[in-house]
Amino acid sequence: MDLHLGGGAASAEERAAVDAVLGPPTSRWRGGVDLTLAEHFGLSGGNAVRAERHRLLPVLHALQDRLGWLSRGALDYVSLRLDVPPAEVWGVASFYHLLALSPQAPQVAHVCDDIACRLRGAEALCGELERTLGPAGQGSEYTWKRSPCLGLCEAAPAALVLRAGTPATHQALAPTTADELRAALTSTSTSTSTSTSTSTSTSTSTSTSSSPPSSRLDEVRRAVPDAGDPDHLLLARVGRVDPASLADYRAHGGFAGLTRAIALGPEATIAEVITSRLVGRGGAAFPTGKKWQAVAAQPVRERFIVCNADESEPGTFKDRVLCEWDPFALIEGMTSAALATGASLGFIYLRGEYPRAAAHLEAALAAARAGDLLGPDVAGTGHGFELELRRGAGAYICGEETALFNSIEGRRGEPRAKPPFPVEAGLFGRPTVINNVETLASVPLILARGGAAFAAIGTAGSTGPKLFCVSGAVARPGVYEARFGVTLGELIARAGGVPGDRPLRAVLLGGAAGSFVGPEALALPLTLEALRAAGATLGSGVVMVLDDRADLPDLVRRIARFFRDESCGQCVPCRVGTVRQDELLGRLGAGTPLGSVADERALLGELAQAMRDASICGLGQTASAAIESALRLGLLEASP
Amino acid sequence: MSDDAIYFNPPPRSAHTPTAPARPAPAPVEVTIDGRPVSVPTGATLLDACSAAGVETPTLCFASTLTPVNACRVCVVELEGARTLVPACARKAEPGMKVLTDSPRVRLSRKVVLELLGSSVDLSTAPDLLRWQQRYAARPARFGSGAAVATVAQQTKVKVDNALYVRDYGKCVLCYKCVEACGSDAQHTFAIAVAGRGFHAHISTEADVPLPDSACVYCGNCIQVCPTGALMFKTEHDLRAAGRWDPAAQTQTDTICPYCGVGCTLTLTVQDQRIVKVMSPPDAPVTRGNLCIKGRFGTTFVGPEDT
Repeated sequence: MDLHLGGGAASAEERAAVDAVLGPPTSRWRGGVDLTLAEHFGLSGGNAVRAERHRLLPVLHALQDRLGWLSRGALDYVSLRLDVPPAEVWGVASFYHLLALSPQAPQVAHVCDDIACRLRGAEALCGELERTLGPAGQGSEYTWKRSPCLGLCEAAPAALVLRAGTPATHQALAPTTADELRAALTSTSTSTSTSTSTSTSTSTSTSTSSSPPSSRLDEVRRAVPDAGDPDHLLLARVGRVDPASLADYRAHGGFAGLTRAIALGPEATIAEVITSRLVGRGGAAFPTGKKWQAVAAQPVRERFIVCNADESEPGTFKDRVLCEWDPFALIEGMTSAALATGASLGFIYLRGEYPRAAAHLEAALAAARAGDLLGPDVAGTGHGFELELRRGAGAYICGEETALFNSIEGRRGEPRAKPPFPVEAGLFGRPTVINNVETLASVPLILARGGAAFAAIGTAGSTGPKLFCVSGAVARPGVYEARFGVTLGELIARAGGVPGDRPLRAVLLGGAAGSFVGPEALALPLTLEALRAAGATLGSGVVMVLDDRADLPDLVRRIARFFRDESCGQCVPCRVGTVRQDELLGRLGAGTPLGSVADERALLGELAQAMRDASICGLGQTASAAIESALRLGLLEASP
Repeated sequence: MSDDAIYFNPPPRSAHTPTAPARPAPAPVEVTIDGRPVSVPTGATLLDACSAAGVETPTLCFASTLTPVNACRVCVVELEGARTLVPACARKAEPGMKVLTDSPRVRLSRKVVLELLGSSVDLSTAPDLLRWQQRYAARPARFGSGAAVATVAQQTKVKVDNALYVRDYGKCVLCYKCVEACGSDAQHTFAIAVAGRGFHAHISTEADVPLPDSACVYCGNCIQVCPTGALMFKTEHDLRAAGRWDPAAQTQTDTICPYCGVGCTLTLTVQDQRIVKVMSPPDAPVTRGNLCIKGRFGTTFVGPEDT
């Protein structure tokens, strides 16, 4: 393959951004200038260069962060450096929301208009921004854009301001107002001083260990209202430990699980996880121990551990909280998994909209490397394990495990056909353990206390503590830790109940891919088995409470638009089906059905079944679930 | 035999032609298609099993010469024990699989998929698809006249940027075949890839530059695999535009490419004494359906001069 490049030259700054990730070019062939003859004839291409394709997304991020958009010259330089055809670089770059392929203002406020924020006035906020700042996406110095769920649902309406530059900075404003956003965008300084007392704000350049413990606990309590509760197991350290300090983590019982894993050895560690009956917390509820066991049994020696931190299900923010405030627990869980399965390399794939979690994780990874808990010899075991953080770039579909692998590998985030399953052929075609953040953060708990003790928590079918993301019409939204079996009503009561004693209309369980339940479900115990029997799902732990003021037809339409926007476009049922579903709801909402309303509902039923049966992955398979449940409950009819 | 070292007489030929040692036949896999037992070799797909059972399965993104991408989902079948339907083209047959190819679930999914395609893409030059729409009683009009069409993301007019072939993405069903043929399954040129996402996903060169500015080498292997006529010889496109494309007046002739010594099989489509299209049989041992620019486009000068 010869690269055919016609996009012009990259600027010095663009080259510097790429070289900062890949190192200087090693040959003139790969874009080097002023090299000695020996360097010129050094590594010039071939497999060694193409094996670096997994650096493609990090490189595109570096360009986006520094320049604010990706020029054709810059993309050509990326093609040259990584030996990836320019059409494929274009295909990958155009896949992600957070990458701009045409000149864009260096400061962009990504304003969430997804379901949780809609309940708290996101649409009015967008309307005001349109009046005061102009239409979305326009402006040369700063602009604003609508965004799907930013995972800040406990403090809706939320926005994330990203500023390109050296270094790039970010500022999460939640809850926010149009005035505050305008001030944040128009202030010439890129410091974090514009944050108000109600906003969370960090910069990639700020240290994470600077805040004193009392202010840290206050900050954490905005996301975890009962942080510090002595009954907490998973959240026990959240708010109490300095997330950048290995010593502090150790002082709070950290690494007891890893120490036990080392003492037990691989087989007994896996047996302990199987005994705990821990199942995946990302939504699919697959037994974690079985997954590890399957990978450990593979004949291929090269294996990978991947943490799925691409938490993008609307209404979900628990993994963000864990990554931000207890990052060592995740590292400990992944290291234990690596020792148990024989993996020597792992990846944390974090969604791109979580810059603070990224900063805290990077700091924790550096501390763990310095403390010999990662690296060529993990805690004196002789076993090497390295862990890399990778950032997503705005694509819900990359939370699908095989799409996530493709994204890490530098390809478009399109799901793969299964079988083969990741335990056989996952990342780079090798056996791979892929687990959610909460799942991996539960592992140290299991190893430290014993699998049987973990299994004793909760119910027979659903063991352990579970995090719930409570948002919407409750007095104290946030992440709540409960034992499986807590009823929906009890959980809502812990979050302060519906303010003003307004009547509860419905609860969305499991996010956009979940389903609505009515007030009669308040007595329902939140367990996997009880929800399955009730035809609902716990999914990623979303509990979005909707009172009589919620505009339910509008929310349901937003869910349909979410899937329309987030479909990868690979398979026909999902690519076109999500569009037809959205159009159909639009006709129902406008009162202009094709034929009768019953005809439209029959059509939606057929569409839903075809998407459920014939889509490649879970996105298409669940794209109608919430909408169908809303229709069953009559939520699209006018509010009482 | 001469003593002079520059002369060499080959040893006499062996009396019999050497053959490769017999390989054991792959172990057969027994599956059931619509209640009928079928035996296929190990490694065969459910699509192979359906063919062996004499069941015609619609396919769109499948080609025998390309890696299955299982994106179109018209070949889905019902596999006992599976939560969802499975793509016949990619799913390997395993012993004891029980497959239904005409169950209500299969018929519904195939029908809806064909309707979704019909409502978003111009299928007028895809006769197979139109035939399957009839077979499954698909009615794309059910989605109304306001249904968005797939070309919203790009210019709707036909891309005519070179003298050899045209691209009409209003007819593209995004089967990925052209990308595979241009890329690692055949040509290794990588001039085109899938860009964008969701309903806006489309086949594109980098930044949608015209083909002459891309890496395209005009082998035309993408036209060979396109199932809907979205990629078309310019000769065919022009004849269709002039209303003079007439399949009834065409002949197909197999011949060998005259240009080099490889010996590629060409199938010439001739209308009014002119070669209007050149394909190669996908099962031709030399080409597997692939040609180069000379075989594909280098014969159109044959024919009477324009008057």
